[in-house]
Amino acid sequence: MSVFEVQNLSLHYLTRFGQKIHAVTDVSFTMEKGEILGIAGESGCGKSTLVNGLMGLFIPPLYPTSGDVRVGGESLMNRSPKDIRENVLCRKVSMIPQGAFNALNPTCKVKDIAADVIAAHMKEVDKKHIYSRLRERFDLFGMNTDKVLNSHPIQLTAGERQRSVIGISTLLNPQMVIADEPTSALDVTTQKVVIKMIFDLLEKGIFSTMIFITHELPLLRHVADNIAIMYAGEFVEVGTTEQIVFDPRHPYTKALMGAMLSAEPGQKQKKPTAIEGAPPNLANPIEGCRFAERCPVAKPECRKNKQDIRMVAGRQVRCEYAE
Amino acid sequence: MQNNKNIFTASNCTCEFGSGKKIVRAVDNVTFEIKDEEIVSLVGGSGCGKSVLAKIMLGLHHPTSGTFLYNGNPITNTKIHWREVQAVFQDPFSCFNQFFTIRSQLKAAFGIMKDKPSTKEMEDRVDQALLAVNIKPPEIEGKYPFELSGGQMQRMLLARIFILRPKVLIADEPTSMVDACVRANILDYLMKLKEELKMTIVFITHDIGLAYYVSDRLFIMHKGKIVEQGSPDEVTSSPKSEHTIQLLDDIPEIHRDWIVRSPSAKLAHPAV
Repeated sequence: MSVFEVQNLSLHYLTRFGQKIHAVTDVSFTMEKGEILGIAGESGCGKSTLVNGLMGLFIPPLYPTSGDVRVGGESLMNRSPKDIRENVLCRKVSMIPQGAFNALNPTCKVKDIAADVIAAHMKEVDKKHIYSRLRERFDLFGMNTDKVLNSHPIQLTAGERQRSVIGISTLLNPQMVIADEPTSALDVTTQKVVIKMIFDLLEKGIFSTMIFITHELPLLRHVADNIAIMYAGEFVEVGTTEQIVFDPRHPYTKALMGAMLSAEPGQKQKKPTAIEGAPPNLANPIEGCRFAERCPVAKPECRKNKQDIRMVAGRQVRCEYAE
Repeated sequence: MQNNKNIFTASNCTCEFGSGKKIVRAVDNVTFEIKDEEIVSLVGGSGCGKSVLAKIMLGLHHPTSGTFLYNGNPITNTKIHWREVQAVFQDPFSCFNQFFTIRSQLKAAFGIMKDKPSTKEMEDRVDQALLAVNIKPPEIEGKYPFELSGGQMQRMLLARIFILRPKVLIADEPTSMVDACVRANILDYLMKLKEELKMTIVFITHDIGLAYYVSDRLFIMHKGKIVEQGSPDEVTSSPKSEHTIQLLDDIPEIHRDWIVRSPSAKLAHPAV
């Protein structure tokens, strides 16, 4: 049985003028235990909105339009934020946020922030034992445990902060971890350290299934088993890492690969090419292909015909002309 | 095209913060020169002193020992210095005041000029600058900074540079907040600006791949020191310093192994 199932999930924001912004449309996928799914797409394509939807955390102005999210067979839809916080977050689905500095309370020590998580979710644990159990867990992370636990967030380096956040998110061995751009605020060296820690935790069996969200495709190539490319709220191409990175079929994925930079010698003449134009406004319903306005190979009928997911060369593509 | 005029000359330049035991040497005894119409990249990890060096170039910090010269003179009056040396920063949202429209803030850039143009000419030049970064002036009419996307705001910073036409541009991680396609876009405009204004660019980044693509010369920094310098091809194909090798090694590349994930998960560790 799949650990995580998402069926035709659509989400919208309701503005104070009564306008609906359809941020995520018709997203479906399933994940098996031990799988890492990478989701890539440009800013504003609905990645972070999707994360909230996947946790079942609907805080106005975000509302579900339709669809279902199931973790281990249990539906997360139509539940109150309080219920989700108490019974789902941290235990079943846990999120690693983007900016570690904003995620940690600046007035608390790291150990108190972590102890709060345990105290809130495990009423049966004796408070006296919390710190010693925390220390045991933090010893696995390859940091100076005493220093990190007894510091305020501001005293730590960016890498230590991000690793502490990952440690706190995975304290209760969640079934599912959603990492929302965990390394985009870090430099390349720290990024490598953080990814190493994530792999280490996977190896130790602290968690096994993960959704990794980023806009860096070269990073996903090393992290993910499968990749989903997102554009304007839709998945446009879903396939294995090799298929997406080395043999993209959707015009948007091709364009995205063209915008990547490389430091390999002799590549200087190969300029990264930007995609002209801007993503469509999601307030107005779009009938045809959402990428048609920017697509280099778009035909006039692309703007009218609704594009459905179809199988091309062993992966799902949302383009009727992709081969 | 390049001549041998030195724009910046640093000799044994050191910048320290704090005092006594808590002294932090952010820039440690660096010596270099940057020539006219050259694109130089400063590359290094967080906390290696690249931003402090950028602030010295802008006259915001002064070296505690050694000398730092702009066109052969030390930087004393920042108001005059900023007519010729301008910067683009990482986070465009913190560079603009949220309470004023973007257009009024672009016009405010004329304030540091010696001879301010007439109001009519100001409007024209703002329009030209916006068109140069591919934004139609009506698109931002009456808009405030928070109403635009990150990529658009970053282009507003570039439009401001276009208005001021400085001789030197210091770009402090201008693309680290934006995604890959916008990054290619911003770099295109930066190169276009360089062609048009014949600027010297000091490009600061932690991504050696990006630096490789834009620059004529690379400086690799580590703990305040410049550990390696040379042409991009030289540095990336035969790196000499261990820090350069590390930087090159840490970038996830599509065609090269990076960190290999072990396939099987061991027995689960108990929850806390």
